Amino acid sequence: MAELDRTHESHELGMHTEQLSGRTQQAFFSAEESDNLVYPWASKVDFARSGEIDAATLDQKQVNLEIRRLMSEGYGTITVKNPGAKHSLGVGILNRLHLHFDGSLGYFGCGLLDGPNVTVSGRVGWSCAENMMAGTLVVEKNAGSTFGAAIRGGDLVCKGDVGSRTGIDQKGGTIIVGGRTGAFSGFMMQRGRMVVLGDAGKNLGDSMYDGTIYVGGKIEDLGVDAVEGEMTDLDCQWLTRKLGQYGLEAPNGVENMTKIVSGKQLWNYDNLESTEKKLVL
Amino acid sequence: MCGIAGLIHRGQSSDVGSELTAMLQSLKHRGPDSTGFALYGEPRKGEHVMRFKVAEQEDMRSGFQIHDQVKERKAEVDRRLEEMGARKISEDTATEYAYRYWISFDGDMKKLADYVEDVEGAEILSIGNALELVKDLGDATVVSDQYGLGTFQGTHAIGHTRMATESDVDIRSAHPYWAYPFNDISVVHNGQLTNYWGFRREMERRGHRFMSNCDSELIAVYVADRIEQGDDLEAAMRRSVDELDGVFTYVVATADQLGMAKDVMAAKPMVLYESDEFVALASEEVAIRSVFPHEIDTYDPYEGEVMVWQS
Repeated sequence: MAELDRTHESHELGMHTEQLSGRTQQAFFSAEESDNLVYPWASKVDFARSGEIDAATLDQKQVNLEIRRLMSEGYGTITVKNPGAKHSLGVGILNRLHLHFDGSLGYFGCGLLDGPNVTVSGRVGWSCAENMMAGTLVVEKNAGSTFGAAIRGGDLVCKGDVGSRTGIDQKGGTIIVGGRTGAFSGFMMQRGRMVVLGDAGKNLGDSMYDGTIYVGGKIEDLGVDAVEGEMTDLDCQWLTRKLGQYGLEAPNGVENMTKIVSGKQLWNYDNLESTEKKLVL
Repeated sequence: MCGIAGLIHRGQSSDVGSELTAMLQSLKHRGPDSTGFALYGEPRKGEHVMRFKVAEQEDMRSGFQIHDQVKERKAEVDRRLEEMGARKISEDTATEYAYRYWISFDGDMKKLADYVEDVEGAEILSIGNALELVKDLGDATVVSDQYGLGTFQGTHAIGHTRMATESDVDIRSAHPYWAYPFNDISVVHNGQLTNYWGFRREMERRGHRFMSNCDSELIAVYVADRIEQGDDLEAAMRRSVDELDGVFTYVVATADQLGMAKDVMAAKPMVLYESDEFVALASEEVAIRSVFPHEIDTYDPYEGEVMVWQS
């Protein structure tokens, strides 16, 4: 747990430079408080107990209910066979769990995750891991658009290519793309980190408020108010450590990645007095 | 929302009727109002297959007289075909209001189409050497069964499940659209075009006809117009990505090609599976899985992308 207490590093990485006067509810997570890690109603699961679900003849609601049933019975490791690109599988899991999908997911897979470690051996469709709060999700093949929209925490990894609008409205956590990402990635990003090892499409980081985007390949163009930042040793250390956790490497070395941050010219209405704010908004 | 799908077998015929029916049925939740098929069979030299209707499905519930009117309209279509020098080789009646003719005709196809469509209630759904376009109200299974499409053999096909948003629930607003008056070109579309009315006026000034108020019809007319001006399919599609405004993913088929284009915002979905023998594309991967239930590698085309495959 002590390893998690790295707030000084995150400050040095520029993750807390927002001027949060007025409306902030920011509270730093304390790893020492074990109660923070689980919901009080979460099922107690044993990772050594394994269960299997064959989704071939089930609809998505039945699959999700079956995952819940196994969790409530204490199964900590669940494999879903034949997911068949069905939509909305593995959503709303607010529990510690090792969940593996042996195949591909359709749209809105694994939304609203808070705690599980999920792996997908195939591909995921649009809007995978929307609003993810905590945990990890690793996709072995490609992903559709709006991958990780509005995520607030956890690690979301796609080892292949991803569609457009990756991490739109990202509010925290880490998104890693092993290949290429499409246009408008990081649009209105507010916090967190995005790592793209391949190329990035046009309008990268458009209107980003904060957060950091690292790109290993070519950037087609930057969006409004997205600017190049300076890569530091801490950036390189973090990238090396984080990519290594998922068996990934930057093709040209982390030190040659491009760092994109907010220029903050469109940002920070909070500096205005309330009467001025009315005029602006 | 709408669902679109397409498939092409490279260098061989297959059960494209049943395959497309399965794909479209799995997209029913994207559009339950109507379903349409553009199927490409073995081309017959010197002969054209013409699919047309002389009433809307809902017209058939509007009184006793409609049944007599339908017969009269069909008889008038027959008379006009003969007058224009078209020889009817065979005739199938899929429904009381929709027909399939094989005709022999070597005259001006546009004049023929205009003259036939001048009959009250008549709309030519398609004319081609290979294309057969069928669309009606209901889901894919209903329409496929009604028109006997399950046994259709061909090289490629495109289809559409429609959720009516900007125009009525009727056959004329259903997809696919035939690129009148060109042989064998059809289009399906998912999205909205925001410069529809301006472009429609321009196309009408250039002599093109519109049968509906559905913005998707513009793509078919646009592609036809570009081909008339000398573009090949890919060039026409690339130009459309710059000139058509809005959010769209559309699929076009010709006698021997299948193409897809995605707008520069990539706001509408498309998933692709490609192998040496086969290409399948659809708004959702579940549609491709209905043909390939085993594990396959799929991907999303990117913003502004245009792709064309040969049969």
